[in-house]
Amino acid sequence: MTTVWPRIEPLLARVEKPARYIGMESGSVTPEHRNGQVSWLLLYPDTYEIGLPNQGLQILYEILNERPDACAERAYAPWVDLEAELRARGLPLFSLETHRPASAFDILAFNLSAELIYTNVLNCIDLAGLPVRVEDRPDDAPLVLAGGHCAYNPEPLADFIDAFVIGDGEEAVGEITAVVAAAREHRHSRAQLLRDLATIPGVYVPSLYEVHYDGPAVAGIEPRYPDVATRVEKRTVADLADWPYPKHQLIPLVEVVHDRLNVEVFRGCTRGCRFCQAGMITRPVRERPAEQVRTMVREGLRRSGYDEVALTSLSSADFSGIDDVVTDLVGDQEGTGCVSLSLPSLRVDAFTVGLASQIQRVRRTGLTFAPEAGTWRLRSVINKLITEDDLYASVDAAYSQGWRRVKLYFMVGLPTEMDDDTLGIAELARTVVAIGRRHTKGATATVSVGGFVPKPHTPFQWFGQNDIPELGRKVGLLRDALRRSGAQVRWHDPAATFAEGIASRGDRRIGRVIERVWRSGGTFQEWSERFALDRWLDAMAAEGLDPHWYVTRHRHRDEVLPWAHISAGLHEDFLWDDWQSALAEHGLPDCRWTPCYDCGVCTDHALEHVVGSAVPPAGGSQGTGQDLSEGGAVPVRFLEVARAR
Amino acid sequence: MRGEAGHPIRVRFSKLGKVRFVSHRDVARAVERAVRIEALPVAFTQGFSPRPKVSFGLALAVGYESRAEYLDLELRDAVDPERLPAALSAALPPGLDVTGATALAARAAALQEAVSHVGYEVHVADLAPAALTDATHAALAAETLPVPTTRKGRDVVVDLRPGLEHLDVVGEGPAAFLAVELSTRTRSARPAELLAALRSLAGVDAGDGEDRVLRTHQWIERDGARLEPLEADRAPLASAEAGPRALEACA
Repeated sequence: MTTVWPRIEPLLARVEKPARYIGMESGSVTPEHRNGQVSWLLLYPDTYEIGLPNQGLQILYEILNERPDACAERAYAPWVDLEAELRARGLPLFSLETHRPASAFDILAFNLSAELIYTNVLNCIDLAGLPVRVEDRPDDAPLVLAGGHCAYNPEPLADFIDAFVIGDGEEAVGEITAVVAAAREHRHSRAQLLRDLATIPGVYVPSLYEVHYDGPAVAGIEPRYPDVATRVEKRTVADLADWPYPKHQLIPLVEVVHDRLNVEVFRGCTRGCRFCQAGMITRPVRERPAEQVRTMVREGLRRSGYDEVALTSLSSADFSGIDDVVTDLVGDQEGTGCVSLSLPSLRVDAFTVGLASQIQRVRRTGLTFAPEAGTWRLRSVINKLITEDDLYASVDAAYSQGWRRVKLYFMVGLPTEMDDDTLGIAELARTVVAIGRRHTKGATATVSVGGFVPKPHTPFQWFGQNDIPELGRKVGLLRDALRRSGAQVRWHDPAATFAEGIASRGDRRIGRVIERVWRSGGTFQEWSERFALDRWLDAMAAEGLDPHWYVTRHRHRDEVLPWAHISAGLHEDFLWDDWQSALAEHGLPDCRWTPCYDCGVCTDHALEHVVGSAVPPAGGSQGTGQDLSEGGAVPVRFLEVARAR
Repeated sequence: MRGEAGHPIRVRFSKLGKVRFVSHRDVARAVERAVRIEALPVAFTQGFSPRPKVSFGLALAVGYESRAEYLDLELRDAVDPERLPAALSAALPPGLDVTGATALAARAAALQEAVSHVGYEVHVADLAPAALTDATHAALAAETLPVPTTRKGRDVVVDLRPGLEHLDVVGEGPAAFLAVELSTRTRSARPAELLAALRSLAGVDAGDGEDRVLRTHQWIERDGARLEPLEADRAPLASAEAGPRALEACA
């Protein structure tokens, strides 16, 4: 059976948004599956609308399809209505391009972007017709791989995933392809193939490791064989200029999230926000040359017909080439039509607002700032060094330049947080509304509040998460304080935050819990209408595991963390010292433009920052007022020099 | 609404194959992208959030195919309509193909108001041709054809009979299909509702199979004659020449 389309087609008339299952996006390819090619099915275990824009998946899709020895197709989690139709007829999960059954591929590779989608990973493996547990898979079953940010704590999925890729996948997917092709040629058993894969840097094969326990605690994680690495180091692409992907971004026929041209301007972030896993695990900063960004924007707009482009990164106003790229876009409206530009940014300063007003001449509806915490004290703890003056000046600039709504993002449940900090959010919001009303009577502000979940490989990995009643109490405090204030409060369900906490810092035993939640029908757990905490608590109880031990307990320094054998390149001393600095309310400026703190990423791995300028754009500095113009001790390479070689 | 100085163009396109599962709204977005890819000098709406001036005719239900979809484009500069089918088809997803275009008379009525009749070919699943023929005769003989359905989220009963202009079984055996013409002027009937009524008359429930619906025609009735929308409001040749440029939308 090469395609199940004739059996899928009649089902599509009865499901919601059937165009999610037909493929045909501009930029997609229809592989021939030639003999000898290693075939990959790249899976995003959430709906098409959420998964399609994922840049990681699109980059690997192109890289694999450019290789003569590989081909790649895609699949996303079918919504519950189609899943029911498929199961009722014994039909499998299928690829979008040629509608092949998932089990006809050599490799199923999952992108893991959030912990609550773990049950969907099991559901997809099961819908593919494979045993969900690694040890039950026959020799000829496809390999099940996973990568993405959540792979930095692979243990909760260790029972279900044959191998994880830690870090950037651009190079690793080619090496895996070669190993799988060689194993097939030499007729290696599945067990031997897994040993082969473990020789690839950045590849972690959980079944080759034994976890020892001491009561509830993890006592050690050791390889079962002497030639298997005791610690798996992440992969890092040294120079983004070598990887101008995606060259042909997928243009979906269905409206998706981030439905626009997305061009990655740099990878990595050294702002050093202590809660932020992405910032910690993707170091160092690697900028794309501004000229390459301009080309990707120009060509991307021309071929896609999009009228919006996002310059993506963890903080795009920090991109050295930002002025050039924005000027280029704004000046080139003749060729591109009316293009608007969006710019995710951590910076809260006049420069960012100025950029925004330059590029968003129409549609000035909402502008978003993320101070994350309500007081300077707590922002020093989390190292989000935005002063109130900076925030108010930015907000003033935004309202005065025509924006009518400001969105403010905060977290509750941060380390050392006291009620004064929570109430500080209300005070900031009230002041923001008051500033807005000076400019326009209809000024509003929206305050979005999320519960903080400590993440592996961050300075806060030792912190005990707030429990549900405490998060609920803080949200209540804030709502009371903001009644009749003109600011609207939105908050994330503390129960879902708790479940995320179980999966986020879970060990290998949590796999059984995820399996139970899935078997009880708990798919799409990040969708509030599908989430039920009881499934998680019942599963924990059935496995004899105490959720509070996993979620709300403070870890101590000498304890073996479940991800101790996975390395994001960060010295454990650096993380611990940064945790102590946090508790001492001591902030650290960005190491891109200041002396090195020896976090370990550059110094131990022969890496360096790749940036275009020794100073931040417009001298911005997160508002610390510090002189950041002295580089020097930081391992850094400047782009113009590098390009001229 | 059309500006005095604009160059309205009417375009006919087909929607065939897998792309039939794309919603009306998403087809509209694909057309907007195609217009930008081809850099057509389209006029934009004024205001806070300018949109290209593209207006669509009657919505086609998700899953239906069509050889007769229409849309009107408002251009700032004159463009040879003959150039449009190839250019737009290349920029549209497979299955969406522009099959005709014409310069439109100024102040032509919008498609949504002008179109009076729609024709369909329907392959009815799991209903034998004989039973289908009997149900067809019963439907045409009936004074009223009430079907329970939903309108704007409310359960209502609509009478399909006044809008049913023509109904006929064409061909034999598995290839037999229903030729249907519906008026859009009375409370408009939908093919799915008509099929529900026919199944009800035949005393059978909908099975596992999929009814395949193909829209074959749209007509504008004028002075007793039915006109194809490309013919109905074709511009006199002179107005296809370049007129004064409309305001730059991005200014």
